Amino acid sequence: MAFTDNWLKRIALEVQEYVRLIVAFFRATVSPPFYRYDIIEQFDAIGVASLTVVLLTGFFTGAVLALQSGQTLDQFGARPVVGRLVSASMVKELGPVLTGLMLTGRIGSGIAAELGSMMVTDQINALRALGTDPIRKLVVPRMLAGIFMAPVLTVISDFVGIFGGWIVARFQLQVASGLYWSSITQGLYMDDVWMGLLKPFILGFVIVSIACHVGLQTTGGTQGVGKSTTNAVVAGSVAVIAVDYFVTRILFSVLY
Amino acid sequence: MTNALTPLNTPTGPAAQVPDHPVIEFDHVQLAFDENVVLKDVSFTLLSGRTKIILGASGSGKSTILKIITGLLRADGGSVTVNGHRIDRLSEWEMMAVRADLGMIFQEGALFDSLTVRENVGYKLFEESNMPLDEADRRVEEVLGFVGLGDFIDRMPSALSGGQRRRVAIARAMAFKPRILLYDEATTGLDPITAITVNDEIIKLRDLEEVASIVVTHQLRDAFYVATHMAVRGADGKVTIVDATHDKEEETEFIMLRDGLIVFEGDATDLRKSSEPYLQTFLS
Repeated sequence: MAFTDNWLKRIALEVQEYVRLIVAFFRATVSPPFYRYDIIEQFDAIGVASLTVVLLTGFFTGAVLALQSGQTLDQFGARPVVGRLVSASMVKELGPVLTGLMLTGRIGSGIAAELGSMMVTDQINALRALGTDPIRKLVVPRMLAGIFMAPVLTVISDFVGIFGGWIVARFQLQVASGLYWSSITQGLYMDDVWMGLLKPFILGFVIVSIACHVGLQTTGGTQGVGKSTTNAVVAGSVAVIAVDYFVTRILFSVLY
Repeated sequence: MTNALTPLNTPTGPAAQVPDHPVIEFDHVQLAFDENVVLKDVSFTLLSGRTKIILGASGSGKSTILKIITGLLRADGGSVTVNGHRIDRLSEWEMMAVRADLGMIFQEGALFDSLTVRENVGYKLFEESNMPLDEADRRVEEVLGFVGLGDFIDRMPSALSGGQRRRVAIARAMAFKPRILLYDEATTGLDPITAITVNDEIIKLRDLEEVASIVVTHQLRDAFYVATHMAVRGADGKVTIVDATHDKEEETEFIMLRDGLIVFEGDATDLRKSSEPYLQTFLS
């Protein structure tokens, strides 16, 4: 009973601290001071620096999607429409989710490790003692970068994925290029595009907020930093999948 | 250590401008972490220009007192006044104004490891003030010269030794000219010679800049060194560390913490003469 009690208290504390972080973030985005240099720096660190992993992920995802779906569609004599399937899957679901999972691994772990290291070496306390709000200086730039760069990276991933699908469709499935590219747009509706663009904003927010929260709660020296890094990736990955489901349900009722 | 120092600005804050005026007042302060009572009932006053050395075993609440003063922790009971402000009633945002006159040197230095020495020392000037860049740079060079690390200005903290990091931390804390400095185990883990170097900086700041300071340590050797030495500037402007006069010794008070209470308060002479068993054990 005591174990359950402690477990529930820990969860309640985690939720409380996460909500306080989110409230502090929103308050900091609408009132000065703003650390513009740090914001630009994080847009580069989170956005530009993640391009390589997003390009590779998108390309191979599109390629394997075309490969797998081409085989299946062949059973119905529908191989030529592989482009519709690749574009719809990439834009609506795989692009946002897989980009989110890659960002969780790449930036979520990095943010948790960086902030966690700062916590255990008293650098966060030093910031406060020097008159700087750690939320404004550290969290806001990272969250703004995550929220606005995740959609950009997702769009890039979608394009590269569709291109990867073309490579496979053209050279392995022997689907004519014209047929492939014309079927890309036939399978997409504006609502699908909206869904594919709105999801990354939310996923970016979730990934970075979880990483910042976990990092700023780190205790226990280097071992604690290691745990935080792992927790950020695990929690972020699960959150991406779970939030994707709920957001998809909401968007279905709103858009369709 | 014989570094010349250019004159600094006049003191800031209303309390700091009046000699022997209280700058920090603890009144029946209490703090506990769940069932662990760290501070039971702590009361003391720090006057401007004076020094308090807080001694105690590990876990006795010494560092906690410093964190309460800077607002990093909030007391559960009692009142804490810093430069006339009741900080136990202030929000985090309101504490920023109080921290403008407080400099804290953390254990291990707590330097920002992704910034150079220059960026660390000038952090508050570059990021949180409207000081022109060239003026801030001059101030950074001045304080680094004061602690004898002028040549290290472009190095990263990882390239510094433990003692050098502590001295950079002192430079960072004093760069914006606070009237109160708080030292949290500034010499712990350092060899005796390096510790003396750091102690000399503490003494210079106390005697030449007339800052009020609280030194938290469990190193008796360093505590007595700070209490029994003073900095003097010769006619040629060079600074030397010499034995303190009797009056100077009396300006530095010791506080001994045990089980969340103050069990001793007095100067070095009183501490040596005390027959209290716990003190005798601690001093032996």
